[in-house]
Amino acid sequence: MRRQAVLFGSFALVVLVAWEGVKFLGGVPWRFPNALGLGIDVFHDPPFRWAFANDLNLPHWFNILGVLGQPVQRGSDESLGTFLAGAAFYTWREAAIGFVVGALLGLVLATLFVHSRLAERAFVPYVVASQTIPIVALAPMIVYAFGPSVASVVIIATYLTFFPVTIAMIRGLRSPDPRALELMRSYASSAWDVYRKVRLPASLPYLFTALKIAATASIVGAIIGEGPGGIPDGLGRAIINFNQSYITSPEKLWGAILVSSLLGISFFAIIRLLESLTLRGRAAVPEL
Amino acid sequence: MRQSAGRASPTTPDTVVRIAGVDKTFARDGVVVTTALSGIDLSISRGEFVSLIGPSGCGKSTLLRVIGDLVAPSAGSVEVNGKPAAQARRDRDYGMVFQAPVLFDWRSVEDNVKLPLELMGYDGPRRTARAKEMLDLVELGEFLKHHPYQLSGGMQQRVAIARALSFEPAILLMDEPFGALDEMTRERMNQEVLRIWEATGTTIVFVTHSIPEAVFLSSRVVVMSARPGRITDVIDIDLDRPRGVATREEPRYFQLVTAVREALRRGGMGDELAERMEDGSGASIDRTAAEGGIG
Repeated sequence: MRRQAVLFGSFALVVLVAWEGVKFLGGVPWRFPNALGLGIDVFHDPPFRWAFANDLNLPHWFNILGVLGQPVQRGSDESLGTFLAGAAFYTWREAAIGFVVGALLGLVLATLFVHSRLAERAFVPYVVASQTIPIVALAPMIVYAFGPSVASVVIIATYLTFFPVTIAMIRGLRSPDPRALELMRSYASSAWDVYRKVRLPASLPYLFTALKIAATASIVGAIIGEGPGGIPDGLGRAIINFNQSYITSPEKLWGAILVSSLLGISFFAIIRLLESLTLRGRAAVPEL
Repeated sequence: MRQSAGRASPTTPDTVVRIAGVDKTFARDGVVVTTALSGIDLSISRGEFVSLIGPSGCGKSTLLRVIGDLVAPSAGSVEVNGKPAAQARRDRDYGMVFQAPVLFDWRSVEDNVKLPLELMGYDGPRRTARAKEMLDLVELGEFLKHHPYQLSGGMQQRVAIARALSFEPAILLMDEPFGALDEMTRERMNQEVLRIWEATGTTIVFVTHSIPEAVFLSSRVVVMSARPGRITDVIDIDLDRPRGVATREEPRYFQLVTAVREALRRGGMGDELAERMEDGSGASIDRTAAEGGIG
């Protein structure tokens, strides 16, 4: 774990250095009056002018961090950082509800498919087809059907969550050695016993792999759903607003992206922690 | 139904397994693809150690599964303790051990042994006591809390044996249980399984493709041959018990090993002849069947 944290931190450092390196070579001229409080004026004129590296397309990362400490609106006493953290928590709650509902739905579907070839053949193609519909096309329809409400957002998050869980759990519930099933048959055990004593425990590594995908997907789903869902309190609306003011203050949108990805990583890390607690003692606990 | 060919010992009150006229064919789309077993008659008495030996494809594992009601025969009957095999399975008369230990890695060694006891409604203290007793029997009493992957292959297989014996089944079915182990471990496990057999008095049916293993362990060796799978010989093993390292050096042991080998060769020769004959006429029948002509 510590090793992982060190690697994660080192890589972040490399990215930040490369980021500023690109701006140093091809950004717009820098001027720091009174740099580091030393009373020295620093001026740097990069040798190239690359459009992707100008301050609109690639703001200085310290300016992004800086804007998080500034008021969210002129005259407001709430900082952008606090505002985004609150929005992130709000979005996370929607995503988490969708995540739980979607995971349960996926589990139920996979259980059905594993016990009925007929159901599997009939419905799995539709489960797959459901995921080929772009969420941006589907989200407004869901909002239209269920009204501009948190419920719509939760449904969209559910929609993105159930799929990886269904697919992984079909595999996971079928993962026991055929001889393990023969063994259970020799004990004259019921289908329910086979399910709870063998299939379900054997499927847990598959379940957690799917839940880690679903955790991040549910957050994307919630953020996308908040737009047409008309939810003012989440990251989705913040991202739309900051998009509109991108020309004047691009750092705000970058800040919202930063917070969104931190939210995704945190949710992922929570599932990862649950995984390592649940699978403790097994032969192969995966690294990620 | 076919009459007993007289190979099987006569039925007595002590008969645990009675197999009469068993055929097993595997069909695809109604066409017989393989005849795994043909005309099998066999009786096994209480407390016997019977090995099934033969080349791969002779149906010895299928026969074991037919006895255990894991595979249904196409014809004939299987009785265990005077009941149909299906009833015997519902009565939990079978302990199974496979070539792989098939232990569950989310359960400790102790909890693996307890699994059948949980399913069979033993209460907590009895489960704990039985698991301890069985693991002591296979000399793994110190490894209760270990997880399977922390044990060697031979130790894992001993856990599987402890699990199979935990609920005192009438008959222990073992499908090449030591086939994946190295020769040294295998000989040790042979000694171990004899000790357990003598301590518990369980009836054992043991599938193997090792002649020395079959001779060393068994009271009877059932020799099978392939295509179709059938019993070609039954050899009584009259070596003294208890058997040990010295047994493997007795002249009688070598005589019996030779006898089993020759019985296998006789079965195998017939097999090769049959194959050569099939090359002429049999192949064309197969082709017709594949085109959907026969069914």
